[in-house]
Amino acid sequence: MQGLKKDWEVEAPPRECSLEDYMGAEPRWCPGCGDHSVLGAVQRLARDKQLQPERTVVVSGIGCSSRFPHYMKTYGFHGLHGRAFPLACGVRSRRPDLDIFVVTGDGDCCAIGTAHWIHAIRYNMDLTVLLLDNNIYGLTKMQTSPTTRPGERSNTHPKGSVLPSLNPIQVTLGIENASFVAQTIDWHPPHLYATIKAAHEHRGLSFVRVYQRCPHYTSHIFAPAQSDPGKVVVMTHPDGIHADEVAMKLFPHRVNHDPSNLEEARKLAKDDEAFIIGLFYKSDECARYDQATSQGIGMTGMEKVAAMERALDRFAL
Amino acid sequence: MQSLHPKPTTPINSTKYHYLQELAFQLLPYSRVFLRGTSSKAMQPVIAVNEPVSTRTPRQIDQHIVEIVSDSGEGAQTCGQMFASLCARSGNGIWTVEIIPAEIEPPARSRAGASGYRIRLGSQPVTNAGDTADVVVAFNEQVLYSRIDTKALRPGTIVYLDQSWAEHQAEDIRIKYAEAIKDFDRLGYIVVEIPIERECKKHTDDARRGKNMWVLGLLCALYDLDMDMVRGDIAKRFAKKGEGVIRKNVLLLEDGYDWAVRHTAERFHIPATKSEKPMVVMNGNQAIGLGVMAAGMELCAMYPITPATSASHFLASAFDQVGGFVHQAEDEIAAIGFAIGASYAGKTAVTITSGPGLALKTEFIGLAVMAEVPLVIVVVQRGGPSTGLPTKIEQGDLLAALYASPGDSPKIIIAPATIEECFHFMITARKLAEEFRGPVMVLTDANLATGQQPFPRPKCSEAWLAAPVDQSDWEKEIPPFAWDEETGLSQRPIPGQRGGEHVVTGLAHDRASHVAYESAINQQSMEMRSRKLAVLQSTLKQPAVHGANEGDLLVVGWGSTLGAIEEAVDRVRADGHRVSSLHLRFLSPFEPGLKQIFSRFKNVMTVEINYSDEPGKPYINEESRRYSQLAMLLRARTLMDIDCWSRVPGSPLPPAMIENELRRRLQVMRNA
Ligand SMILES: Cc1ncc(C[n+]2csc(CCOP(=O)(O)OP(=O)(O)O)c2C)c(N)n1
Ligand code: SF4
Ligand SMILES: [Mg+2]
Repeated sequence: MQGLKKDWEVEAPPRECSLEDYMGAEPRWCPGCGDHSVLGAVQRLARDKQLQPERTVVVSGIGCSSRFPHYMKTYGFHGLHGRAFPLACGVRSRRPDLDIFVVTGDGDCCAIGTAHWIHAIRYNMDLTVLLLDNNIYGLTKMQTSPTTRPGERSNTHPKGSVLPSLNPIQVTLGIENASFVAQTIDWHPPHLYATIKAAHEHRGLSFVRVYQRCPHYTSHIFAPAQSDPGKVVVMTHPDGIHADEVAMKLFPHRVNHDPSNLEEARKLAKDDEAFIIGLFYKSDECARYDQATSQGIGMTGMEKVAAMERALDRFAL
Repeated sequence: MQSLHPKPTTPINSTKYHYLQELAFQLLPYSRVFLRGTSSKAMQPVIAVNEPVSTRTPRQIDQHIVEIVSDSGEGAQTCGQMFASLCARSGNGIWTVEIIPAEIEPPARSRAGASGYRIRLGSQPVTNAGDTADVVVAFNEQVLYSRIDTKALRPGTIVYLDQSWAEHQAEDIRIKYAEAIKDFDRLGYIVVEIPIERECKKHTDDARRGKNMWVLGLLCALYDLDMDMVRGDIAKRFAKKGEGVIRKNVLLLEDGYDWAVRHTAERFHIPATKSEKPMVVMNGNQAIGLGVMAAGMELCAMYPITPATSASHFLASAFDQVGGFVHQAEDEIAAIGFAIGASYAGKTAVTITSGPGLALKTEFIGLAVMAEVPLVIVVVQRGGPSTGLPTKIEQGDLLAALYASPGDSPKIIIAPATIEECFHFMITARKLAEEFRGPVMVLTDANLATGQQPFPRPKCSEAWLAAPVDQSDWEKEIPPFAWDEETGLSQRPIPGQRGGEHVVTGLAHDRASHVAYESAINQQSMEMRSRKLAVLQSTLKQPAVHGANEGDLLVVGWGSTLGAIEEAVDRVRADGHRVSSLHLRFLSPFEPGLKQIFSRFKNVMTVEINYSDEPGKPYINEESRRYSQLAMLLRARTLMDIDCWSRVPGSPLPPAMIENELRRRLQVMRNA
């Protein structure tokens, strides 16, 4: 266990976990909801990597997508609307040993939680972040979200959304210290899995936006791309996402993109109408705030009391 | 209760009544020797003469209140701090108040720019800032006006005023100065014009940067302090700036000292009562920081806000020594979220803020209550509402703290009344947060935050530290909210504990932490969270009354007003009146037995620094009157007619102000 001493020494021997060992409560999402696929991918990843359920924490905000932790049989924190990032960063701050996933929605991350999103990217703590973007507020019944496309109708804009949508990838790529930015679709399990796997393997904050089908409210947005793989563009590169090659043959359009090229990534990200999937950007050079926050873990009581005495000396009469 | 804790090795002490001893120990000392008699009685005027009077021995007195005021940036605060520290180390009791300018870089010679320090020093421990000043050293006449505006002076106050403005090249400044001298005479101050700037210019080209050391020398002479000690302080303070700077400052100091010995008519000696025990001196925010460390907390998440920030400044300078970290978040919401995340996954964390930050944190406070995550929230109160009086004292956030969060969110609220308690209450707060599994709020205020007071050096112990994070297996059969039916208490599994996997949620949930909308479960879980407060109350002692246990009038207070209230009560009691006081440390739940205490007094009233309507004002009648915050709670709690007297001056309530009100009330009672 990285950097952990004394306090933390109790470590149970690993055990063999099957898929069932990661399955919590019965998911209550609508049939055909993309959240089901993401859950399945994360559970498979956990099984394949043999993540120990007691050392895995899934943190979320509020929304349909944020129900995610309940459906995992790991530790979980179903937090407040928009506030998954602060909670997850706090969990990470003193626990370098845990595997931490953050699940958030487009309203959760890109509206009420925007400040935390920007700063979490900058903190670059080791977190696997999944933005489940269905272009709508699902849980509260179809209100416009920041990613709702212009002209799309909702209960708050019955005549159609009047503003251009916010592009989460572009925003994230614009934040200093972003270290892993990828995009995928929930309806292609191999690419979804490979993307989440790469994100999980990255040390630092990996940001994955998943185009997520919401058959209940926004089926017309994602159905065309689902039925026509020609609407999807795949970014390929030796340093990119490696999904099953046979399965990827489905997509006719490819673009070669070197994920170390930030300029190019920003250009590619601009077109939010095209479903561009793959790794936009990755850097292992970014500062990681969790390396600062976790300093000093495991100091013994005796050391602390001695340090306290020295601290009090500063105020001694 | 014991049974629901899965492992006997668990670090959490679950003996129901251990708080009786432990809290009593940590809330010590309730009673102290308080200063008696008003400072005005102790005062005798001093007249400056031009003849050397160095042979005269200093006159012995009990206590004095000294203020040093300057333009912002001239170092009156540094001077005051060094003087206070000297007095404390000489064995005097002290209480200090920072005089803070309204702006960061106010214009020179302006009332708004007054920056300085008040030090009340005495032979005995000093519990509050006292009434009007005995001695004020002012670097110019305009900053003195600002002190006059806040009623810090009285006829007879000795004012040492820099006379160089009388010779200033600008005519308007000379005129203003001359007018001011006339004003001050008319107001009855004993003005002693002193050549601060002229003397400083002998040693430095930039007198603005030297005056404070010269004045420190003057004060050392006036109060007969040990010059070797202060030379050492200067050497330490300017060590990084090199020998030359140290020498120059020592020269200024000595010049100020010599001048005072030669020219002041009277000097003072306040005998020290050296404590047997080793002592420390610090302000309330430093005490909170040290308390956080001594409690074994390892994470403080904050967002800068006056007057709370300096606690985090201190922690940032020292926390790493005990393996801790200060996280400056992007806002107060993120700060508490981060702290909750850290607490949930490990040791109890702390977030430190003031009123506006508390407002932002409320949703997360509710989550900590609902998800039963231990957390310490320090609220250093300032004047409100809204941005209010950012640097000034108020006790206006009691109800905001109590009711912070939507729905019913029972939480523990404690309020230290002294600097020493600021330290010890942090240890108590962490333990309460863990034992009772939820947020504990610690309410202090700007007065405690910046006031310095000596107290016995705490003897830190491993028992005060948070236990190591439990990573052993969790008994699968025990749900994450195994509420004990009687007490509502339960123990939490922490990530890493195999078998304890669960999802905490802010949604209504059952014992397994499964989302549950059933009415019976909701009723029960609400009951369980609330019951914990009653259980805590059952372990607390009835608070001790200051003065007799029965009488005509009982004054109830909380927080930083302790010293001033008790001093006022003592003065009135000295005249034979049957007045006592009671100071509450626990505000949620209250300490037990209050009704019983109240019933032994004819009248009960709170004294608070928050707003209440005054009877007799337009439209104010029995139905419309809004009471001060503690009074409102006590009335609801006891169904007794508890009155209140509260003011919002933005400064600590001087004992004399409280004393006047007590005398007025007693008169009204006699007439009735
Ligand atoms: C402070 C607060 N404001 C509003 C809500 C109501 N609310 C819950 S979820 C949600 C929007 C969810 O949308 P999104 O994040 O896109 O998640 P989805 O349901 O689409 O997965 C809103 C507005 C809330 N729970 N808390
Ligand atoms: S409303 Fe949409 S996002 Fe929510 S569960 Fe149904 S399909 Fe999924
Ligand atoms: Mg959504």
